[in-house]
This record gives sequence, C-alpha cells and structure tokens, in this order.
Amino acid sequence: MDERLILESIERYIRGEMLPEERKFFEELRKSNPGIDQMVVEHTVFLHMMEKFGDRKNIKSTLQDVHNELFETGQIKQSKETKVRRLWIKYRKTVAVAASIAAITALTISSLTSYYAPRTPNTQLQVLSRQFSEFKKVQKSINESLNNKLPVKGPAPAETEIKGGTGFMIDSKGFIVTNAHVIGNSTVVVVQNNKGQEFNTKIVYINNAADLAFLKIVDSNFKAPAVLPYAINKGNIDLGEAIFTLGYPRDEIVYGEGYLSAKTGYRGDSLTCQIAVAANPGNSGGPVLDKNGEVIGVLSNRQEHVQGAVFAIRSKNIYIALDDMKKDSTLVSKTDSSFTSIHLPQISNVKNMDRVQQIKKIQEFIYLVKSY
Amino acid sequence: MTTDSNELVLLKGLAENDRKAIETIYRVHYSMIQTLVINNNGTSDDARDVFQEAIIVLYEKAKSGSFELHAQLKTYIYAVCRRLWLKKLAYYARFSGDLANAPETIATDDDLEMYEHRTADFEMMEQALQNLGEPCKELLESYYIRKKNMSEIAKEFGYTNADNAKNQKYKCLMRLKKIFFGSYHSNNNNNS
Repeated sequence: MDERLILESIERYIRGEMLPEERKFFEELRKSNPGIDQMVVEHTVFLHMMEKFGDRKNIKSTLQDVHNELFETGQIKQSKETKVRRLWIKYRKTVAVAASIAAITALTISSLTSYYAPRTPNTQLQVLSRQFSEFKKVQKSINESLNNKLPVKGPAPAETEIKGGTGFMIDSKGFIVTNAHVIGNSTVVVVQNNKGQEFNTKIVYINNAADLAFLKIVDSNFKAPAVLPYAINKGNIDLGEAIFTLGYPRDEIVYGEGYLSAKTGYRGDSLTCQIAVAANPGNSGGPVLDKNGEVIGVLSNRQEHVQGAVFAIRSKNIYIALDDMKKDSTLVSKTDSSFTSIHLPQISNVKNMDRVQQIKKIQEFIYLVKSY
Repeated sequence: MTTDSNELVLLKGLAENDRKAIETIYRVHYSMIQTLVINNNGTSDDARDVFQEAIIVLYEKAKSGSFELHAQLKTYIYAVCRRLWLKKLAYYARFSGDLANAPETIATDDDLEMYEHRTADFEMMEQALQNLGEPCKELLESYYIRKKNMSEIAKEFGYTNADNAKNQKYKCLMRLKKIFFGSYHSNNNNNS
C-alpha cells in the first residue's frame, strides 16, 4: 500500500502535477532516499516507453482508418491488374518453360503424325472407279447385241447405280483382285473380259485399309486358264522404270504407258507409289506392269488438279492382303476353301516379248468389274 | 532544398496525429508507392504496409521536432519506402535486382535506424502487454494510452470505487514493469 502511494506520487511528480510545496518536499525526499530516486528514474523510462507505445499505436490506427476510408471513397485505387501482374511476374519463367515444352511437343507430334500417318481418306484424291449410270443405255444395247453371238449370263443392268473399275486375275482358279473402293458396299459383282463375256463372281475378301478386294468367278462358262502370263512382283521397284497399264476407263480395254515417278504415294504414303500415266475413272483396280510383264502395282487413284499424279498400290500389298485373308477363319464358312490354295504367279511368260505381243497375252485376264 | 511551407504544415499536423494532414499525405503519395512496390514483386498489401511504415518514420521524426527533410516530402517518402521494401524483399528472398540497382535518392539511414530501434521497443511493449493478459492490459492501456482518469476507468470496468481500481492498476503496473524490464534488460545486455 505504501509503495503504491509512492508510485502514484512519482507519477504525479513526473507529469508535473504536484503543487510547488509538494514538489519541493518530494525533491528533498528523492535526494535523501536513493531507493525513491531509483524508482523515479525507472518509472520515467517506463512512462516514456508507454508514451511512445501509445503514440505508435494511435498513428497506426489512424493510418489504417485513413487507408480504409480513402479506399472506400475511391480516392486511392488499387490497380486492377495487380494480381494478374504479380502472378505473371512470379511465374513468367515457369510459363515460358511450359509454353516452350508445349510448343515442342505439339510440333513433334504433328510432324510425327504427318510422317507416319497411314493413308488417310482424302478429298484431294480421286478414286478412279467410274459411275456407269450414263453408260447404262449403251451397255444395255451392247449386251443385247452380244446376246445373239455369245452366251451371257448375269443380271441385266438395274436401275440402281453401278460402279465400275478394272480387275485382273491373280490365280487361274478364277481369283481376281481389284480395288476395295470399286466394290464399295455392293453385294453383286459381275466381271466382263475383253471379249465382252460376263461372269458372275463372289466377293471373297475386302481389305479397306489396303484398298484391295478379292473376287472369285463362280460361273459355269468360266474356263480356267492353264497359266497366267504375268507375274506379281514381290520386291522393290526402281524410279524411272517404264510401266504400262491396262484398264477399262470405257467399255473397251485401254492401254496406257508411263513410268514410275515416285516410290511413295500421296503425302508419303508408303503403301503406294506414284506413276506418271494417263488414268481415268474406270482404271481403278487395273494392273500396273513393268516391261517384263510383272505386275508392280494396282492402280488406285489420282491427285485432283495435279497433272500426271496417279497412285498405285504396290504389288507386295497383294501378298500381304492375301496372307491376311488366309488367316481370316470366318471366310471358310462363307465360301469354299479354294482361297487357301491361291498361288500368285511368280514367273512372267511374256518377258522379252514386244509390247504388242505382251498385251495380246495379258489382256484376256484383265476384267471390267461392275458392282451393283 | 528546404521543406516548403505547405509541407511544413502537413508535417506539423502529422506530428499531432491530425487526421486531415494524414489523409492529405495519403491521397497525394500513396499511388506512387503502390506502383513502386507492385512493379517490384509486391502486392497491394505490401504497398500499404510499406507506405504506413514510412509515414510512421515521418511521424516520429516530426514528433521529435525535426521538420527538416532536406528534400521534398515526395522524395523523402519514396526513399524511405524504397529502403523498407528492399529490406522486405531480402527477407522474403524474392529479390528482383531492378530496385537495388536504382540509384539512392537521398540518405535516410539515420531515420530508419531510429525507426527500427523504436519498432523493437514497440514490439517488446506489445509483447509484454500481451503476456500480461486481460483485464490488466485493457486497464493499463485505458489509463496510460487513452489517458482516461481513474474514476472513469472504475466505472467502465465495474469497480465499486476509484480506489479499488487504482489498487488493481498498481498491481497490473508492477507486473507489466517486471515483464517489460525483464525482457528489456536482457535484450539490451545481449546487444552490448
């Protein structure tokens, strides 16, 4: 209690609240009593500290008040892009790295896909099958006139759209190869040889990926030939090699001559090769032969608006498609098992003959394919 | 350059914790500091803290009776904020370098040293009051900071008479002094 009173006196003394006599008395006390003097000094320091503390606290609260008020009344503004800008500054390196990685990845993927992409269905490629509708009348009349001389079987041209192309025999048992797009979704396919004889066929196998289809002639009028004059090339081909084609861009067999102009097809497609030859709708599925009478490809399509860019499916794909077909067990139930014994001709009989003789030998195995 | 009369009025107002003066300073100079801090890896909260600290530096300088800035108010505030923000950047370790390379405008080292010293004292007192707990903290703040008289405080805190309140205040004060001088002396001894 005593000490409390002393402290209160000290406070009043420090603040100068004492009356003159009281002050005089207190100063005497300070001088005579070192303990009280010590307390005065200490308390002075403390009060000074308190004072500073209070000042700092007050100015802080005033500043915060002013800040809030100025913000609310819009007299100072927080810059809008603050946050975005800060994030940008903080993460710009990360963003740059991420963007470069994304760009490199995108470029790599797009170049890889374009490099390795298999043939894509392409509007710039025009398949060389032809529409028969305009020829219907002509064909009908031809059929009628031929009926008198040659026994012709098969359905009469129907009102439905007929697709046409070329096919050629690959096995003397009556197996014919053509383009898958020549067959399309048709169920009835008739082939016609260069003499105008028509034969009914059965679709044995369609490989849309390779754009190849295998047909088998199932017709009593068909006489199996002993041997095929041409061979199916298995190996590679050389740039600039002279080639010739036989096909039915019209109802008459048409011969074409050219050369191998590129080892790959449209946009680097390695299944096909590019040849320079005159080709028209109807040539699709026709053989591309070299000077020895070896089939090196199956003519399939051409690039629109580009002169002389015709593409042929490389003949080794016939072997591949055939192997796939033989592996396909579901085929056994659909057709007879003769397809398992298909042997592609390996030796050309027309080697060293002149072209006219070659064509004479070969042309009867080239068929006009009509799919209904 | 000497401080012009308008700025002198502002500084005197600031020293008296005059709201109008503080508002004026805030309105005129805050945007500059916000731009400075934000352009150098800071947020608007950082800008606010730095600016307010600079004003406190100015306040304490003015309160000690020194109104001579040797520069325009704007230059002074900018220099102080720049130094304060550099310190914080170093502390956060997101140092950009741009700001450090910018030339020093005016020397503010002495003022900042004083400020830091006082900040240490301030934090010590705050900590001591915090440790004291309620109602002692509130009681002492009412008396010594808000300068209320004891009968008012007695009424506010619900003491039956001023004498009881005085008794309580005395006990609290003794505890606070013990805590404060305890840490104050140990701190100062460590420093020496």
